[in-house]
Amino acid sequence: MKQTPEKRNALRDTPWLDPEQTPHVQLLDIRKNYGDFTAVDNISLDIYKGEFFSLLGPSGCGKTTLLRMLAGFEIPTQGRIILDGEDMSAVPPYARPVNMMFQSYALFPHMNVEKNIAFGLKQDKVPKAEIQERVAEVIELVQMQKFAKRKPHQLSGGQKQRVALARSLVKRPKMLLLDEPLGALDKKLRQDTQFELMAIQEKLGITFVIVTHDQEEAMTVSSRIAVMDHGRIVQVATPTQIYEFPNSRYVAEFIGEINIFQGVVENSDSENAAIISEEAGCRVETGRSTDIAENAHAWVAIRPEKFDISTEPPSDTRVNCMQGEVWDIGYLGNLSVYHVKLDSGKMAMAVRTNRARSIESSITWEDRVYLSWHPSAAVILSN
Amino acid sequence: MHSRLSAFNITALVTGFAFLYLPIVILVIFSFNASRLVTVWGGFSTQWYGALLENEGIRSAAAVTLKVALISSTFATVLGTLAGLILARFGSFRGRTLFSGMIYAPMVMPEVITGLSLLLAFVALAIDRGMMTITLAHITFSLCYVAVVVQSRLVTFDNALEEAAMDLGATPARTFFQVTLPVIMPAVVSGWLLSFTLSLDDLVIASFTSGPGATTLPMKIYSQVRLGVTPEINAVSTIIVGLVAGGVIIASLIAKQARRDSDANHP
Repeated sequence: MKQTPEKRNALRDTPWLDPEQTPHVQLLDIRKNYGDFTAVDNISLDIYKGEFFSLLGPSGCGKTTLLRMLAGFEIPTQGRIILDGEDMSAVPPYARPVNMMFQSYALFPHMNVEKNIAFGLKQDKVPKAEIQERVAEVIELVQMQKFAKRKPHQLSGGQKQRVALARSLVKRPKMLLLDEPLGALDKKLRQDTQFELMAIQEKLGITFVIVTHDQEEAMTVSSRIAVMDHGRIVQVATPTQIYEFPNSRYVAEFIGEINIFQGVVENSDSENAAIISEEAGCRVETGRSTDIAENAHAWVAIRPEKFDISTEPPSDTRVNCMQGEVWDIGYLGNLSVYHVKLDSGKMAMAVRTNRARSIESSITWEDRVYLSWHPSAAVILSN
Repeated sequence: MHSRLSAFNITALVTGFAFLYLPIVILVIFSFNASRLVTVWGGFSTQWYGALLENEGIRSAAAVTLKVALISSTFATVLGTLAGLILARFGSFRGRTLFSGMIYAPMVMPEVITGLSLLLAFVALAIDRGMMTITLAHITFSLCYVAVVVQSRLVTFDNALEEAAMDLGATPARTFFQVTLPVIMPAVVSGWLLSFTLSLDDLVIASFTSGPGATTLPMKIYSQVRLGVTPEINAVSTIIVGLVAGGVIIASLIAKQARRDSDANHP
């Protein structure tokens, strides 16, 4: 299939949609057992050149094991890892063109910043002059020029993080692995560093694979996210797709806040699948078809910010509209969070941006409110 | 504050320290005695230290002791470090308990038995007894002390350091020499000092395993004391006390520094 230049350009940022692209890293049917315990269960995954790819999941989901297999610290029980067309499965960590940034940073305590960064180049017997040049280059990249002669114990957490990043970048690896790289930083510094990481990744064009349990972090930095659970990948998609079109209740509930209501599918073959939900107390029209069978159980998922919350009833209160009483209000400054007790007894959560500046909110405790939404806001989930 | 010094606390402290150190203090004081009579104070003098230098027997015994201590502590440090590494690293393998038990056993084994069994071994293997057999014996019993010191350091060692080194292209051997060894070096040095001082003041095992012409300082002192204590013996004992105390103090300072470094690295 030949593609026009325009099409090709459009696909530059989404290589996984381009059938002519070959993946930079291929995981083929990877499994890892520890005795009876399966840490990673038959995972196959393609990662493309220049991606910022996140492995996201709760602790114990196998994401770190998967990353350690990419680095070579763990050998897969079964399956192959292909990097740039070469089978890496049996290559020891010191011979892989892959570098890793450790969660604890793992800076060598007996070496100063410069020597830490130069360590990898010295192992490869790079000429001295070139080592100096390349070390200076990455020190500048992470803005640590002032601290080049310091020992690790004289650095703050954020500075250590920068040195660790510089050390893992100086060898120009084909792929950089990051294990919870920002986990030890405080929130403000973490957000700044996320954007810096993205800028550095864009500048160098190296494939980044990051492991994180922080969904906000994954949403911010990633080109694509793989959500993992119990050693399996549940969904691989862009942050927007993961958030707006989760493929399962697990993904929907793991990423962000969401309201989920149980119901029964009314007509699944038409263009406008509808679900009758007693919990929601209304008929939910979605404007899309679904492959869930008629009269089967299904779940409707709606993000809190998709609701219109009002004390006035909308034109039709039987479709895409829930009624209840305001149970609790959380004022967060930029947002207000409303916990609404629906007539069915189920709690729903709605978020409203505080656009107008006023002390008195128009909606208050024990008000009877209507939560309505556009058909496209609801997602139908089968499990 | 609980640390206020009451009369009772001070008394307890003084009694305790007196019990521990009074004999040594007396020994040190009398080594500076001008009188030939050990128990009678005849004024201050350093003549017995001078007399030591003239004493051929004590000088050669001191030379033997130092050589044995240097060689045995160095070998014990190499072997003990390896044993400590294996104990700390290889999680659980078949026979681990037996292995670690066998490494620590010499620490609790009565010295007489260690000495006797080594003597029997040397006789059975027809090895001529002398300086070499003392050295071998000292390696045997001080190895376990090094292993303990190194292993306890490795418990707090961040394995990610080694992984980082390998990830950056260092082979396992280079990782050991460029990262692991420098990081655990303080423990290795204090292990060396410990085995050096242990070798320096050993009498029992040296007596069992020595042969003609190989007399260590403690053996020399012991044999002379049987003929009567001379101020010369006080002087040589004072020197040994100084050396051992110095070694122990340096070892503990190094260990403390190392602990501070690793704390700074893992806040």
